[in-house]
Amino acid sequence: MLLYVLRRLLTAIPTLFVIVTLAFFLIRVAPGGPFNQERGLSPEIKANLEAQFGLNDPLWLQYAHYLNNLLHGNFGPSYNLPDFTVGELFAKGLPISIQLGASALILALILGTLLGTVAALNQNKWGDYSVIALATAGSTIPTFVIAPIIQLVFGLSWKLLPIGGWGDGALLNKIGPVLTLALPQIAIVARLMRGSMIESLRSHHIRTARALGLSDWSVVVRHALRGAVLPIISFTGPAAAALLTGSIIVETIFAIPGIGRYFVDAALNRDYTLVMGTVVVIALFTIVFNLIVDIMYAVVDPRVRYD
Amino acid sequence: MTDDVMATPIAGRSLWGDAWARLKANRAAMFSLYYLIAMAVICVVGPYFVPHQYTTIYADYVRTAPSLSSYPKPDMIETALAEAVKRMRVDVKEWHQEGERVFVTVASSKAVDERNARYLDRSDTFDDAKVEGKSADGREMTMSASVKQQYFFFGTDNTGRDMLSRTLMAGRISLAIGLLAGFVAVTIGVVYGATAGFVGGKTDEVMMRIVDVLYSLPFIFFVIMLVVFFGRNFVLMFLAVGAVLWLDMARIVRGQALSIRRQEYVQAAEALGVRTRGILMRHVIPNLLGPVVIYMTLLVPQVIILESFLSFLGLGVQEPMTSWGVLISVGAKNIGTANWLLLFPAFFLVSTLFALNFVGDGLRDALDPKDR
Repeated sequence: MLLYVLRRLLTAIPTLFVIVTLAFFLIRVAPGGPFNQERGLSPEIKANLEAQFGLNDPLWLQYAHYLNNLLHGNFGPSYNLPDFTVGELFAKGLPISIQLGASALILALILGTLLGTVAALNQNKWGDYSVIALATAGSTIPTFVIAPIIQLVFGLSWKLLPIGGWGDGALLNKIGPVLTLALPQIAIVARLMRGSMIESLRSHHIRTARALGLSDWSVVVRHALRGAVLPIISFTGPAAAALLTGSIIVETIFAIPGIGRYFVDAALNRDYTLVMGTVVVIALFTIVFNLIVDIMYAVVDPRVRYD
Repeated sequence: MTDDVMATPIAGRSLWGDAWARLKANRAAMFSLYYLIAMAVICVVGPYFVPHQYTTIYADYVRTAPSLSSYPKPDMIETALAEAVKRMRVDVKEWHQEGERVFVTVASSKAVDERNARYLDRSDTFDDAKVEGKSADGREMTMSASVKQQYFFFGTDNTGRDMLSRTLMAGRISLAIGLLAGFVAVTIGVVYGATAGFVGGKTDEVMMRIVDVLYSLPFIFFVIMLVVFFGRNFVLMFLAVGAVLWLDMARIVRGQALSIRRQEYVQAAEALGVRTRGILMRHVIPNLLGPVVIYMTLLVPQVIILESFLSFLGLGVQEPMTSWGVLISVGAKNIGTANWLLLFPAFFLVSTLFALNFVGDGLRDALDPKDR
């Protein structure tokens, strides 16, 4: 097992390398540069700025520089937010994004599993239909519609929640963003869970368990659930990576200072280092969570072995 | 008896006839299909019947709430009148309304010019202004104008543009983009996937590795790079967006092509000496069409969401052209004061997405060979 984890971590290095290389050259090929948009920047100052950040060096040299810095854990300075290094921006924003994302993920996993199980146990009854309706709604209504409607209903009409802002992490400020992030995920988890639970309830060991006279609770929770959660686990990997690295929509609408907003702004402003930093962070999260998922698989399902 | 039966041989149902029959039995899918057709017709034809252009600015009707009765409301006439008279640089002495027409008498310290009546015409509220009479010294003048009745069923936006015509125009753009980009994605995906699946071997290996690498880049990064390359030209951009979404299609088609190739009927056809071209046309492509059609109906809502997402970020369709994403993004910023700016476009977008989803699910049930 330990060997397997080590091997997986080793194979992650070339993957990460390819992603970094591709992203680096892609953003460099794009027309424009980080200091093109600034108004009233005289050519001399622009040249100086570019020289200071080494943007006039040949591209391969800049690439080598960047890789070297990255290996030392240095993401470089942000070009458009000159008072901060990319590392500092992440240190400030990432914990916020992770908090919201993790809360949303946990909420989605608990509620989704619960709803999916309820639907599976009441197949083709109204309980099932209402879960299906909820799941369809959750997966079709885009977040940029859900978020303002949550603001409208809970913030403006009922005045239960603040409309936006982080408020230094006050609980009430988190409810809106977490709900918005969680709703589509609840829909997906519930749908997956319903399908796999129905399948799991049909299997032989469940029939045996029932024949042995085990209680419904024991049959469902101890036996059926274990086989049914496998699809949920494989869903969790990519979902966790996406949720924890922040959502631009939710962070923009609710005015949350996470890292989700940086990506688009940075790419549009050709803030090369910030774009690269974001790509690396997202890739890292994806790789790590996929690894965790594979380990979880082996824990839940003893038939899965890694030697 | 038997002769009758023999006289009308039972016609077998084709794959597509069978699928159509199954789809027709699915009420949610059929309702959604009709809904989509209605939506498309309304969005394409509707703007011609709405009396307001989607770009026309009604300065008198900024952020007007939606209403089924006509504007101006009685209390709005006085403000509009005061506004117009202010432009004439004279004072209102008296005004009253007689049926459809408004009569106003203005006074000034100098002689009043008759051409001032045109200021009434320029207002969005009045029409057909006439000079009714002047006092002997010319310092007072009576004018009349009819009140222009206007309907804003969906209200107006921040600059006074009719939301009904804007929502319909936006629907045109969103639906067109969905179809266009969906078509591009499906074409690239089918050609790429079928080639990889059918040629196989090393070529397949390399082609699929390329797909894997493209997959591992954050999707939104890709889209933003395309926006950067193609600028804000939205047709080019959505061709590009289509060019990003083909990855899933390529994988599905490749897998399908691989499995069809290994089927016994294909081997039999090969053994009988049917050419590759013949096998492709007779066996591979018809069997591929099912998943392709299903995937396309699921792709179109994806593209519409993506378009709205980009427009929401300000990267997609640019003013004065509009799309549901643009309208929703404006609406989201004005929920406190003018919630109709959000609610109407959001309803149109969400109901269309719902309908597309139901049709997609219905098609999957109708075409899924596992279900037979």
